[in-house]
Amino acid sequence: MAESPARHEKPQPESGAFFVSGFREKAKVLDGAAIRRALTRVAHEIVEHHKGTEHLALIGIRTRGALLAQRLAREIEAIGEHPVPVGILDITLYRDDLSRIAPNPVVHATEISFDVAGLHLILVDDVLFTGRTIRAALNAISDLGRPNTIQLAVLVDRGHRELPIRADYVGKNIPTSLQERVDVRLNELDEKEEVVLEVPVDAERS
Amino acid sequence: MANGVTMTKDAVSAAAWTKKDLLGLRELSVEEIRLVLQTAESFREISLRPIKKVPALRGKTVVNLFFEPSTRTRTSFELAAKRLSADIVNITAQSSSLTKGETVLDTVRNLEALKVDILVIRHAAAGVPHLIARHAAASVINAGDGAHEHPTQALLDLFTIQEKKGRVAGLNVCIVGDIAHSRVARSNIWGLTKLGARVTVCAPPTLLPPQIEQLGVTVSHRVDEAIRAADVVMLLRIQHERQEAQLVPSLREYRLRYGLDRERLKQAKPDVLIMHPGPVNRGVELDSSVADGPYSVILDQVTNGLAVRMAVLYLVSGAPKVEEES
Repeated sequence: MAESPARHEKPQPESGAFFVSGFREKAKVLDGAAIRRALTRVAHEIVEHHKGTEHLALIGIRTRGALLAQRLAREIEAIGEHPVPVGILDITLYRDDLSRIAPNPVVHATEISFDVAGLHLILVDDVLFTGRTIRAALNAISDLGRPNTIQLAVLVDRGHRELPIRADYVGKNIPTSLQERVDVRLNELDEKEEVVLEVPVDAERS
Repeated sequence: MANGVTMTKDAVSAAAWTKKDLLGLRELSVEEIRLVLQTAESFREISLRPIKKVPALRGKTVVNLFFEPSTRTRTSFELAAKRLSADIVNITAQSSSLTKGETVLDTVRNLEALKVDILVIRHAAAGVPHLIARHAAASVINAGDGAHEHPTQALLDLFTIQEKKGRVAGLNVCIVGDIAHSRVARSNIWGLTKLGARVTVCAPPTLLPPQIEQLGVTVSHRVDEAIRAADVVMLLRIQHERQEAQLVPSLREYRLRYGLDRERLKQAKPDVLIMHPGPVNRGVELDSSVADGPYSVILDQVTNGLAVRMAVLYLVSGAPKVEEES
């Protein structure tokens, strides 16, 4: 698969930045149906935890988190009785590694058309890894207002946190090694629907 | 449901910004111009927030080094830097050691010794920002050099046209006024022609530089005809000095022959855009009725200028740094 731009828009761990000639698929972790089931379950967990859907809003982190947030909102609206607004957050300007990467990554707009103050926000992302993206997202949200609570929902938690951050709702826990890569592909962007675990093709042996 | 959320399939241009400096539109590729406009689009929303600030340039120092008076450009750069959390210092020629005989390069060397990251420079002589850029490790942004270039003005004009018209390519843009002394005109000609607009310049012969056609523009001395064909009319300021230098017989005559008033505007297309880089000489190149009228986007230009300058500061700050030669 072509290098997905989204992957480079998010902070990567230092130790992951070694030279590899490429990645090959090791295992398909979730297929389309499994992604759908995971989102449906997470939607129910969210509604159960909040005892309804009042004052609930979702904020997806660009790019795939935003797509997942929209799907999750539809699932939640099917269960609850209130509309669930969805916003899109671009965390580029809040990255802690901006001055370390050159050139600066492309900035996309943050599109949150509602006031976050007083809401119960669910932050949505595809993969939880080092936690640095979420740290940036929390800072970005605090610049937009003061929500009552913020929780985190992710499709995949692959471990290796570098910050004290955890997810409240997880579609699937996938144990990984640092060298491996988790690739989330969604219909809207990738014309397929799957989560795959990839391993580096060993550069020395090839 | 999705609140009109748009998910375009990564319409990201492949271009990455690698230039240390922004000196003019002449040096920019079409991709680089598009990248600035696209980045500015993303930055626009920040100024609409209750907390108008993001931490992207935290810890960076920007110096506004203005050897020529300016209010709107300097303020725009200052707010742009502040909204990106950079620290900014303003230096004007009147209050600096330049009045004591220090050379421009010495001023810059002293600023560099204070470890500044970005220099925003305006100077009455063409090429001064380019000279400084060659000697400084810091990024240099040209905020206007003589009658040469004013790149951020042209970028904000392109952004405004794109915003209002949805495109730049194929539009007829007519620039009316003192083309000979205008850096805004030059930068706009480079930018507009690169993005595929057709540019007509219209001015009395004394205010047109010889061989301006070589920049790919059409010259017209008939303002009514030019305005009839235009999708965008860009007016330039007629400075009082031009009358003293006898380039125009009188400001009144200029107004009669070239000024845009309500009468003249009647011939224009119904969706024409009226632009002006400011400051407007009301009653000379532009009548108040037109400047404040429904076709005028002059204040949108000012608003967009902030987003464009934020984008430029962000992009040059990410350019790969070269080690300083000593």
